[in-house]
Amino acid sequence: MAAPKKSVAKESGQEASSPPEFTREQELKALRDMLLIRRFEEKAGQLYGMGAIGGFCHLYIGQEAVVVGMQMALKPGDEVITGYRDHGHMLACGMDAKGVMAELTGRRGGYSKGKGGSMHMFSMEKNFFGGHGIVGAQVSLGTGLAFANRYRGNDFVSVTYFGDGAANQGQVYESFNMAELWKLPVIYVIENNRYAMGTSVSRASAQQDFSKRGVSFNIPGKQVDGMDVRAVKAAADEATAWCRAGKGPFILEMQTYRYRGHSMSDPAKYRTREEVEKVRHDQDPIEQVRNRLLAAKVSEQELKAMDAEVRDIVNAAADFAQHDPEPDPSELYADIYR
Amino acid sequence: MPIQVLMPALSPTMEKGNLAKWLKKEGETIKSGDVIAEIETDKATMEVEATDEGTLGRILIPEGTADVAVNTPIATILADGESAADLAKAPAPAKAEAAPAEAKAEAPAPKPAAPAPAAPVVAAAPDPEVPAGTEMVTQTIREALRDAMAEEMRRDPDVFIMGEEVAEYQGAYKVSQGLLQEFGARRVIDTPITEHGFAGVGIGAAMAGLKPIVEFMTWNFAMQAMDQIINSAAKTLYMSGGQMGCSIVFRGPNGAAARVAAQHSQDYAAWYSQVPGLKVIAPYSAADYKGLLKAAIRDPNPVIFLENEVLYGHSGEVPKLDDFVVPIGKARVARAGKDVTIVSWAMGMSYALKAADELAKEGIEAEVIDLRTIRPMDTETIVASVKKTGRAVTVEEGWQQSGVGAEIAARIMEHAFDYLDAPVTRVSGKDVPMPYAANLEKLALPSVAEVVAAAKAVSYR
Repeated sequence: MAAPKKSVAKESGQEASSPPEFTREQELKALRDMLLIRRFEEKAGQLYGMGAIGGFCHLYIGQEAVVVGMQMALKPGDEVITGYRDHGHMLACGMDAKGVMAELTGRRGGYSKGKGGSMHMFSMEKNFFGGHGIVGAQVSLGTGLAFANRYRGNDFVSVTYFGDGAANQGQVYESFNMAELWKLPVIYVIENNRYAMGTSVSRASAQQDFSKRGVSFNIPGKQVDGMDVRAVKAAADEATAWCRAGKGPFILEMQTYRYRGHSMSDPAKYRTREEVEKVRHDQDPIEQVRNRLLAAKVSEQELKAMDAEVRDIVNAAADFAQHDPEPDPSELYADIYR
Repeated sequence: MPIQVLMPALSPTMEKGNLAKWLKKEGETIKSGDVIAEIETDKATMEVEATDEGTLGRILIPEGTADVAVNTPIATILADGESAADLAKAPAPAKAEAAPAEAKAEAPAPKPAAPAPAAPVVAAAPDPEVPAGTEMVTQTIREALRDAMAEEMRRDPDVFIMGEEVAEYQGAYKVSQGLLQEFGARRVIDTPITEHGFAGVGIGAAMAGLKPIVEFMTWNFAMQAMDQIINSAAKTLYMSGGQMGCSIVFRGPNGAAARVAAQHSQDYAAWYSQVPGLKVIAPYSAADYKGLLKAAIRDPNPVIFLENEVLYGHSGEVPKLDDFVVPIGKARVARAGKDVTIVSWAMGMSYALKAADELAKEGIEAEVIDLRTIRPMDTETIVASVKKTGRAVTVEEGWQQSGVGAEIAARIMEHAFDYLDAPVTRVSGKDVPMPYAANLEKLALPSVAEVVAAAKAVSYR
């Protein structure tokens, strides 16, 4: 069965009205953060092709607005946890590009000292709880982070990301049930990029409106244009306010799209080149912001300078990641127990 | 003919109970469904309903009688038209429990109130961590576990317990009795029946720095949670380069209970012991249950704590110390001997200790090692003993293939090959799913006779 050729978000019944405008500072910040992710991922793809990155490598290109918009609504102390398509989340949390890239290349300067790789990175300092390789596992874990917030009586929120594929895992619903039962402050961000590896949502999901996946637990949900960073931020504001007020969990279905294959080894034959090109052309999250900024008379030059700064960061990260030594052999037996 | 009312079995492992109260008097009319008596087990007080109609003819066991064996006639009911004169016709009491009692004769279950001869503390070398002259208190393993949790919860506000029926029901096996009353619903949390989900929630909370005790009603149900236990709890410290660990205890009854068949009678010691990142504890004595659970709760790593339902009601001596903690990873020489080493843990110890008694009668002095912790394994204590005796037998309720006994045998071979006078021999559960029928269940489990035979075989006797 062919995937429906609908455009991302536009036909899904969400409110057509455009989201609240960003200030110039917000637009610039969003653009820079999304650009950093895009350039980083392009570089990672390049290094993978050169053999410098091994194993699995899942790129976030196309989905940048989701994590950047969400992050703009968070405050220090909020937790973030996601699955294996995690590089963007780490950069958005403020983790150092060098440490992330060096983990991808399996070097000692990586966030996990080279022992975790692309799918397993963490930063206690930035409250980033991974980076989890088992589809759906992070949903229970993220619910547990929210449990800890509730136990401690603080007003922090656990932002728990997962994809349209993981949304069909049983433990997601076990977690939904407990989260609503105990009014846990967790935002379930379902990144619906329309394909669980090679299986389109229409071939895998009986209920394709993921914002309704919490209905039987009384969890409110919202469909969001995940290609528009302003829409993401607005939805995130609403969800964080809900959680901080002690009202329990909230589901945000982010309608987004990944431009690349599921992983570097996926030729993506399950969709047409035209489908990808159309989303890129019509809805690219970075181009949307850039166009708005240009329309608001931000100079081409300023944007070019931003791009150059981001490229420098990424190039430095790639350089570090290729020259940093591999972990010392003594690391083999380290960190199994505390 | 008058109908006999028998002492009912109110749980799979119940063998006796106290007749707390009669709610009907002799001569009173009884309708089917009437509550006629209250019976106390070590877990709960249960009501006995009449299933027959008539008149309560005679009370055979007065209220207040303790330790009434299951199937003992406790009263007779006269049918319409019968009178007290008919009571003589009632079948003679006794023998009713012949089958179950015999089945248990050699089997695990030490009696809750009356410790069997081979009680855990018997012949136990004093633990080095208990100062000489320490006062001992006798308590059930159920109480020892409860006290361990309560003490640790008083000590550290980050410790909490979650699981099915742990709070309002007071624990499916009453292990968490009283915790809700002392610590409140914030720290004693009833979960839905959702093992995969609440294991993950517990691990997430541990990643955030809390110290959960996750109770599985039995380890059989934790199969649903295994992905979280192994992939999330055990591996994250390593995968994060040491940044993010998880201090969590998963605990609950493991292995065979009694007559609950294949899906509810499985030993997971070998399964979890294979995983680096986990610690696996399987105690036998009441003191070890307490001291090791306290150690497990304090340990900054994920700990698998394997209990045994049959042992919950078993009493033993526990040192009366403010803070009795038994180190993880240390075996205990439960009985000293020079002729053959028997290595076991958890329920296996009951076979091992009884076998050692039997062997002693035949002049064979067995040294019995209670492993207590399966991972990390105390190879040193095993090897030191084997170097002395030259012979070793392992005893476990789990399956033999890739079992803990296989691991012990390999380590003895690696570290004490030249000292062995006979091949290491394994006594284990049979290579079958646990059958339901009483006789088959007994055959599927290890027996004292098998341990005795194995010890004699390696001794060439």
